[in-house]
Amino acid sequence: MPPREEHTIVLETEAEPASEPDGARQDYAGGERSGFALTPRQKRVFVTLALLLAASLVLFLTWDVNGHWDFALPRRSEQIVALVIVGLAVSTSTVVFHTLTANRILTPSIMGFDALYVLVATALVFMVGSATVAQIDPLVMFGLNTALMMGCATAIYQWILGSGERGLYTLILVGVVAGTFFTSLTNFMFRTMDPNEFDSLMTTLFASFNAIDTTLLWIGGGLLLAGVVVVFRLVPRLDVLGLGRERAITLGLDYRKTVTWLLLVVALLVSVSTALVGPITFLGLLVANLAYQLTQTHRHSVNLVAAGLVSIIALVAGQAVLEHVLDHNGTLGSIINVVGGLYFIGLLLKEARS
Amino acid sequence: MITIDALTKAYDETVVVDHVNLQLPDSGVTSLIGPNGAGKSTLLSMVSRILGADAGSVSVEGVDVFKAPSKQVARKLSILRQDAHTTARITVRELVEFGRYPHSHGRLTADCHAAVAEALTYCDLEDLAERPIHQLSGGQRQRAYVAMVLAQDTRYVLLDEPLNNLDMVHATGLMQLLRRLADEKGKSIVLVLHDVNYASVYSDRIIAMRNGAVVHDGPPEAVITDHALGDVYGMEFSVHTLGGDRIAAYFR
Repeated sequence: MPPREEHTIVLETEAEPASEPDGARQDYAGGERSGFALTPRQKRVFVTLALLLAASLVLFLTWDVNGHWDFALPRRSEQIVALVIVGLAVSTSTVVFHTLTANRILTPSIMGFDALYVLVATALVFMVGSATVAQIDPLVMFGLNTALMMGCATAIYQWILGSGERGLYTLILVGVVAGTFFTSLTNFMFRTMDPNEFDSLMTTLFASFNAIDTTLLWIGGGLLLAGVVVVFRLVPRLDVLGLGRERAITLGLDYRKTVTWLLLVVALLVSVSTALVGPITFLGLLVANLAYQLTQTHRHSVNLVAAGLVSIIALVAGQAVLEHVLDHNGTLGSIINVVGGLYFIGLLLKEARS
Repeated sequence: MITIDALTKAYDETVVVDHVNLQLPDSGVTSLIGPNGAGKSTLLSMVSRILGADAGSVSVEGVDVFKAPSKQVARKLSILRQDAHTTARITVRELVEFGRYPHSHGRLTADCHAAVAEALTYCDLEDLAERPIHQLSGGQRQRAYVAMVLAQDTRYVLLDEPLNNLDMVHATGLMQLLRRLADEKGKSIVLVLHDVNYASVYSDRIIAMRNGAVVHDGPPEAVITDHALGDVYGMEFSVHTLGGDRIAAYFR
């Protein structure tokens, strides 16, 4: 064995601080870390994020109201609720998906989940016909879409992910092809559709940050809550899954069952966010990776909360700045895609070099 | 006892493991040797249910590894494989704590903490316990994974080429550790080895495979011979007795 005592002395007296790697400091007070115990660093991160969140909420609600409180407040509160729901749905589905695919670059959007939701919604109108759709409650329609989406997505992506042995680049390729395929099918149906049906579809399908579909707020919020509860119940399994498929199986995780559950939840959350504001490709990638850098841990309880906070802050602050500074010249979705897209390319290049 | 019955795995036309029947003992060190592509690792992957079998069955103390709940199997058998490194930021102690998952499902009990502390001590990792594993050297990281398997506290411990990428200091250290596990804790260690001399010196039993089938099986005296090794690897060996150990020379 190597001369261990000497090494210990070096660490304790810090005679050679330069040789001590950055993370080698004892971050934890002891071995007790069940529940939600945090390192000092993570505590600082959460306090900062909470302050930023409060600041961006106040900013969003009060900026430029000019005394028209009775007009501004209800409208803005509704917007905030929608942004919070979307933010949490995107961040949670992305963090879960990262663990599921054992990488930090793919997101449900990049793999074509959003496109699949739009396809399912279009196909439903296409098959049933707008006359029938018009008689159906939008909430029932949304429920139907979501249920179909969860079935399709789980079946398709379970097949695509296979037994978890495909490499990152294969998955990206398959995801891009799948996304394009779903979008092409959707466009094909648009073209062959009756104009009235197309019109009715446009009003339900093309929500954006500037035209949030508020009829779905409460059902969306409820589904989000259900999804988040399931995810937090699965946190210990997510942590184990983070060690890789083989180690997870060795440790007695029922891999197939867990993956199916997680895919179902991801599909549910993507349905919620896409129904409310439409597809947003790169938000999840951005907020999840920012959260990982801030928390520096493998623990999902910590990462899920941090990613959720970052996500809400980004959306609320971004929308406030967009409305008041940029005067609606642009959409939050396109800004997120520019920033997130650049970050995505950066991550890919970094991955290719290592 | 692990009972392997007519276990078969084929990729398209290539049969990798061909109707293997074996009984692995409930204690001691058992080594699997054989040339590349003999099916050793595939056999071990199937025994540990990481890889599905095309035909045949495996049971550990009467529990069918493919059909029984994964949790139940995880309390009887663990495997350490040379798979891709974990990307997660995780300390040695946290990694070893994961070994308790089959028993605790994420909520560590007092027993768990005791088992983790014991595993860390046993593998000489107390000083490194709070270090992130990506900062460790190959030998240290291998010991951390062994400690995790130790914390899992299964009777059967399978290791797939655990000496890969280790220098002789760390390789010998690891083999001594595994031998101690078998002798002091009564565990059954089953490992795939490429170095026949480590197999010879540390094993109670050596199983030699070629082309998906078991061709020799017995104590080192029976398998580490000029004839048997020549038969397994298809090259010349000369086995010498050095200080009580049977050492095979194959360098010329």
